[in-house]
Formats: sequence, C-alpha cells, structure tokens
Amino acid sequence: MDIFVQQLINGLTLGAVYAIVALGYTMVYGIIQLINFAHGEVVMIGAMVAFTVINALAAAGLPPLAVVLIGAGCAIPVCMLVGYAMERMAYRPLRLAPRLAPLITAIGVSIILQHLAMLVWSRNVLAFPQIIPITTYSFFGAIITGVQLTILGLCFAMMAGLALLVYRTRLGTAMRATAQNPLVARLMGVDVNRVIAATFIIGAALGAVAGVMVGTYYGVAQYTMGSVLGLKAFAAAVLGGIGNIPGAMVGGLLLGVVEALGAGYIGDLTDLCRYGLGPAASCADGGHFVLFGSNYQDVFAFVVLILVLVFRPSGLLGERVGDRA
Amino acid sequence: MTKNGRYLWAGVALIAVTLLLLPFALSQAGTAWVRIANIALLYVLLALGLNIVVGFAGLLDLGYVAFYAVGAYAYALLASPHFGLHLPFWVVLPIGAAVAALFGVMLGAPTLKLRGDYLAIVTLGFGEIVRIFLNNLSQPVNITRGPQGITGIDPVRIGDIDFSRSDSVLGVVLSGPMKYYYLLLAVMLAIVLVNVRLQNSRIGRAWEAIREDEVAARAMGIDTTAMKLLAFAMGASFGGVAGGMFAAIQGFISPESFVLVESVMVVSMVVLGGMGNIAGVILGAVLLAFVPEILRWTVEPAQHALFGRMLIEPEVIRMLIFGLALVLVMLFRPAGLLPSAVRKRELEQDRAP
Repeated sequence: MDIFVQQLINGLTLGAVYAIVALGYTMVYGIIQLINFAHGEVVMIGAMVAFTVINALAAAGLPPLAVVLIGAGCAIPVCMLVGYAMERMAYRPLRLAPRLAPLITAIGVSIILQHLAMLVWSRNVLAFPQIIPITTYSFFGAIITGVQLTILGLCFAMMAGLALLVYRTRLGTAMRATAQNPLVARLMGVDVNRVIAATFIIGAALGAVAGVMVGTYYGVAQYTMGSVLGLKAFAAAVLGGIGNIPGAMVGGLLLGVVEALGAGYIGDLTDLCRYGLGPAASCADGGHFVLFGSNYQDVFAFVVLILVLVFRPSGLLGERVGDRA
Repeated sequence: MTKNGRYLWAGVALIAVTLLLLPFALSQAGTAWVRIANIALLYVLLALGLNIVVGFAGLLDLGYVAFYAVGAYAYALLASPHFGLHLPFWVVLPIGAAVAALFGVMLGAPTLKLRGDYLAIVTLGFGEIVRIFLNNLSQPVNITRGPQGITGIDPVRIGDIDFSRSDSVLGVVLSGPMKYYYLLLAVMLAIVLVNVRLQNSRIGRAWEAIREDEVAARAMGIDTTAMKLLAFAMGASFGGVAGGMFAAIQGFISPESFVLVESVMVVSMVVLGGMGNIAGVILGAVLLAFVPEILRWTVEPAQHALFGRMLIEPEVIRMLIFGLALVLVMLFRPAGLLPSAVRKRELEQDRAP
C-alpha cells in the first residue's frame, strides 16, 4: 500500500508536467490541426537555458527559490521567441499547403533545434546544483518532497490560469473562434495570424516552465531530453482528446499515474514464478523469472496511445469529429 | 524510334555501364569507397521502400527504421552462431521481409483508420519501442543479446559463391564488397521494377488518389484503409529486405544501428529527392548518403586548418543539414529536387489560365 501511494504521488507529479507540455500540443492542434513535433525541443531548450542561469547563480548566495525563478524567468522569453520564430518561419508559409508539408517541416525544426542545442550546450548532461534543501513530508505512509509539492501546485495554478485565459478573455475567445472556423473568425474581425502566433507563444511559455520543472525533478537536463518527453506529452494529449484543453490536463495526470504504477508493478506482474509458470531452475528459493522489468517504463505511454487510438480515437473528453478534408 | 527515344536509351545504357564499372573505379581509390557505395545502395533500398509509404500513399512514417531493424534481426537470429541456426540467404531474406510486413500490419491496422498525422507520431513511438525491446530482450531469455548486439552473422552465400571472400571471375578479381555491390544493385533494380510497376497499376493510382484527397478517394469506391495498409506493409517488407542485406554485409548488428536518426535520414532522402518520384528518391538517397563522407573530407580539414581543432562535430553538421533540407525543401521546392510527373503536371495546370 505504501508503494502504491508513493507511486501515485510520483506519477501525479510527473503527470502534471506531462499535462503542461500536452497543453502546448493540444492548443496548437486545436487551432491549426498541426502536430507541432518541435514542442518537445522547446521544453528541452527551456530546461537548458534555465539550468545554465541557475548554475551561474548557484554560488551567488541568493535564496534557492529566487535562483530557480530567475532561471525560469530567463527560459520563458527564450522559449516564447523560439515558438514564435518557428511558427513564423516554418509553419505559417505552409498553412494552405497539403497536411504532410507542415508535418515534415516540424520534424526538420525539431532536428535543427536539438542539434543547435547540442552545439550550444555540448553532449554533456547539465546537472542541477544542490541548492534546494530536501524537505520531505509524510503522507499516508508515503513521502512527498517539497519539490514535488511545488511542481504540483504550480502545474495546477498554470492550468487554472490557462483556463481563465481561454474561457474568460478576449484573446481566449478569439482562439476558440479560430479553432472552430478560421475563415468565419476572420470575417468577424479576428486577426487569425496574431491569434495563431499567440497560441504558439503561450504554448512555448508553458513548455519552458515544464522544462524547468522536469529538469529540477530529475536533477539533470540534456539536449536529447525533448523527444521522449514530447512523445509522452502527445500521448497524454491524445488520451484526453486532442484539441481539448481540459482533456490535456486529465490525460497528462492519468498518463503519469499509469506510467508510475506500471513501472512499479510490471516486474511483479510479469514474474512467471508467481504463477508457477517459470522454469524451475530460476524459480527455486524464491527466485524470479521476470519477463518485463521497469526498464520498459517508456513503453507505457506508447501502449496507452495505441489503445486510445484503437478504442476511443477521440480521447476521453474529446468529441468525435469527422475528417476536415 | 523517335530521336527522343534514342537519347533515352543511350542515357540508360550510359548509366548501366557506369553502374557496372563503378566498383572498379572506386576500388582504385580504396575498398573503403566500395563499402561506402554499398551503404549508399542500402539507403537507396530503404528510401525506395519508404517512398511507397510516404511518396505514393502520402503516409508519413517516422519509425521506418523499426522495419529495417526487424529485417536485420530476423536475418541475424536465423543465420548466426547465436542460436546455432544457419539458414541460407534466400530463405532468410523473404522471412525477414514477411516478418517486417507483419509488424507493419500490426502497427498500421489500429492507426491507419485515423488521420495521417496520428500515424506519424505513432510510428515515431513504434521506432523507439522496437529499439527498447531490442535493448532489453536479453532478459530473462536471451533473444537479442541486448546492447551487445549479434556478431558473426553469416555472409550471403549463393551456391558456391561466398560474398565475403575475394574471387576471380574470368581473370578479374572481385573483392567481397564488390560482389555485395552487384548483389545490392540487383536487389535495387528488382525493387525499382516493383516500384515502377506499382506506380502505374490500379493500386498505385488508388494510393495517389488517397494521397491527394482521402475523402474523395473513398467516395470513388477505394477501400482506403485496405490500400493504406497495403502500402504500409509493402514499404515495411522492403525495409525488412534492406535490413537483412545490412545484417549480412556488416556481419554484426546492435540496437545502436537502428536509432531515430536513421528514420529521419531516410525521410529526408525521400523528401529531398522528390516524394513519389523514383528517380528523385534514388538521387536524394545517394546525395544524403554521401554527406557524411563529403563532410569528412571538407569540414574536418577545414576546421583543423582554421581553428586548429574541431569546433563543430561533422555529425552535428550532418543533422543540421538534414533538418534544414526538410524545412527548406518544403518551403521552396515542395515537390523535391526531381518532382514526380504528377506533381509537375498539377503545377503546370495551376499556372494555366
């Protein structure tokens, strides 16, 4: 039971970060039906920029929270700029092109960003300096750290903020109008190009914060961290129903929990000795014959993605929509 | 025969003679160059296979390397000391192709009903998953030997000819890589032939219709899901063939050879050359396959001369070139270097009043 609660807490923390990244995918998809492959790289750049600043300030003697905030404060504008630049240069010229075209440029942008990051930061792993004192709280027999609590709180605050932005402001109304029908939105006086650019910028800003959080959580950042994170977040967005903002939040949290519980239990569940099926030689004296260990953790997001696509392609909260050819 | 027809045949004959004599010219510069040519041919095989999926049917497959890996591992497991199996080449290669096609169907069946962009990301994930499995299937039963990879894979043997050794035929000495060159060339010609015949067939036209407008294609009575699945399986099986050849030529494979970068590279080849155009795809594959070699001969010495040390690794430059190629081609020459006839026709029609 302790392990269950512990994995639940770990899963929710990671899931909250997935949700924030998934929001970036889902907002862009909702408006222009483009899978922004490069979004994972934006998250990576956010983490790398923040880590560079944090490492530079680590010795300055500022309070740890201030250091991390300054790091995030530097990462957010950089990512917003990257998000805007890629929309402007790689996606906007192709808005009327066949669907395959922006998808291919998105992959190109993702490769370019990843390798530019490698040029700037080298192949080495950036480590998070030991500035945050580890505080732990006990919670139903499990341990929750201060960092985890902060990440969870911040993620929920950002989700609430985004919900307010989308459902309560003029920009949000314009975004929803553009998502429904760009042509009619334009006729109603919405500057569609500005709205789309704003969507990319907001998504990138969220991605930057997510990058700082995931980096702080794991304690490391590297130029390759974006692609798997991006893939998982996309799976989360599809799980919740792509294009659907509350869906991305639910999908992210759920995926994080599935992944953590899966990684925690798959070893036990696929231990053939438990079922009396394993070869006698390995099962003797309480031995194990584990088919799949926790090193298959990265597979779960993908399995979830496939299952959702097979059984409920519109996701948990999404509506069934036809092809817009 | 018209004058144009005569020029065409003269051109084909010229290319044929060049291709046949190329390994002799290359071996003058060193056997390494013949090996590089073989790698380039392998990429041509891969690009032609992916062209069926991306170029003909318009489905973006970002995990194509998974099928390459499946073919390679099928060959390695059935013809190496690892399991003590030594099945002959002409038995293993079709098995590899069939297993790869099966994987293609398994992956395609749930996703191909959906819109194309889901396929892109699902295939991307699939490529990673296959690699994770190859890396971890050494426990509890050792199937793939994990990151160590499989060594001592049998070379191709057809009758008495062993492709890993030198032979002299009619007084001409043929080294191992040269023999593989001709074998690869033969396989490539077979695949080109299949591609050409497919393109002008009922199936090929159905793919084209799906690529241009799926809803309209369905309205015309095309079973779009079945057709897409067919494209996917066929592309996968060609990937499997290329993988089997790769395993036989290298004699050693490990999960390291089947990373995402390879998928991206093959996609770049197809896009750069011209999606759907066989000659264009071959051109793209050859051009991009030689990029690492060209960089080795230009950028590395240039950096040493200018800065006295290596500032930017050639590997990074290579990837930046691929990324830029994808973006710039899509922005400025969406039909690729050699556009397919259909695309060209469409563009001309658009221009006509």
